[in-house]
Amino acid sequence: MNPTDKVVADVTAAFAAIPGGLKDGARIMAGGFGLSGNAEQCIAEIARLKPKGLTIISNNCGNQGKGLAILLQQRQVAQVICSYIGGNPDLEAQYLSGEIAVELSPQGTLAERIRAGGAGIGGFLTPTGVGTLVANGKETHELDGKTYLLEKPLRADLAIVRAAVGDPDGNLRFYRTSRNFNPLVATAADFTIAEVDRLVGRGELDADDIHLPGIYVDCIFEYTKHDNFIEHRTTRPRQGDPTP
Amino acid sequence: MSWSREEMVQQAAAEIRDGMVVNLGIGMPTLVANHVAPSIRVTFQSENGLLGMGPFPYDDEVDPQIINAGKQTVTLLPGGSVFDSAQSFAMLRGGHVDLAILGGLEVNTRGDLANWAVPGKMVTGMGGAMDLAAGARRLIVLQTHNAKDGTSKLRRELTLPVTALRCVSRVITELGVFVPTGNTFVCIQKPDTVTHETIVASTDAPVTFG
Repeated sequence: MNPTDKVVADVTAAFAAIPGGLKDGARIMAGGFGLSGNAEQCIAEIARLKPKGLTIISNNCGNQGKGLAILLQQRQVAQVICSYIGGNPDLEAQYLSGEIAVELSPQGTLAERIRAGGAGIGGFLTPTGVGTLVANGKETHELDGKTYLLEKPLRADLAIVRAAVGDPDGNLRFYRTSRNFNPLVATAADFTIAEVDRLVGRGELDADDIHLPGIYVDCIFEYTKHDNFIEHRTTRPRQGDPTP
Repeated sequence: MSWSREEMVQQAAAEIRDGMVVNLGIGMPTLVANHVAPSIRVTFQSENGLLGMGPFPYDDEVDPQIINAGKQTVTLLPGGSVFDSAQSFAMLRGGHVDLAILGGLEVNTRGDLANWAVPGKMVTGMGGAMDLAAGARRLIVLQTHNAKDGTSKLRRELTLPVTALRCVSRVITELGVFVPTGNTFVCIQKPDTVTHETIVASTDAPVTFG
């Protein structure tokens, strides 16, 4: 085996490769927008391993009882950093009962905080959130007549990433709107696991077609049976279709 | 007679100019896409990472991995592109998106917007609303004139948590099109049969007519 080969057989092997294992209280970043672009096998493995007191950094932390919501149902989560909790009854209930601490971050700020965490940026100034509840406790700065909030980077112990195609070097390609937060979280954790629909051989992904360089990925495995759950199936009739 | 929902949506659609990149919020704003004249070329942006969003798919075209910000299945038009969430919001905050049309709960005469939280009700989170309101080059709010309990949603001062300050260019309600100008709203258009008196009586802030 090539020493740089990052491929493992399955999700269990991927989690076994985490140095020191997945501990209680770990900070986990997860790609995905609602249930789109979820690392479904990684979520199932965290549910099986049952670490407790987790901090989940993710736009939604699951939805409709699915995805990361499974970890909420198993009472594995102590804190969530996200932008939106609507449509997620498990998170709503545990937030209201005080079981879980929720830090709401505007979606673009959340994305940029994760990007900054991966890019070695100590903080950034954004106009988003000025004059709102999000500004509480944060420094504001006036630059050239405009007010900005100082937002700080986010990092995690583990990132779980879903991609369409990957290679043994960990290079990734994403598909459509499943990309969302995935390439961002991959950069901002001490250990990154990528779950791909299709694993190809070295060199099969052209260097120009790689969305995320493999340097950010520690471990990769293939899983071909993703659910890709649809939250709202909306369609239009073809002309001539009978109207329902 | 005040404008119907459809007429409100048509008013908002009339704000879209040829060649614009537009982001439509969830709810009534989504319907604006159906009322853009065929001669107008418009590119729709969806903040989950999609530029060149098309209509809902036909039943046999549904792709679970092409969704909009409301997590509905949509299509990608020829020439469209997909990208990550940091890129998507960079495009919004950077002023590259010409127009956002969002729903509202309250707007004041300075153009401050509240549309993400109601005290006493379950907080759902702001999602991308704060970034959109702070970042879009021009923001139009499409909302009913009054809340369900009859209180005016065009106000002197906001009573609900702020989404962004000084961000609203126009408010479209069933009673007209209103421009926040500092101390007053200027009503620049209204349904023919709605009187000035009705509008003034329905609005918590001073209104002038221009």
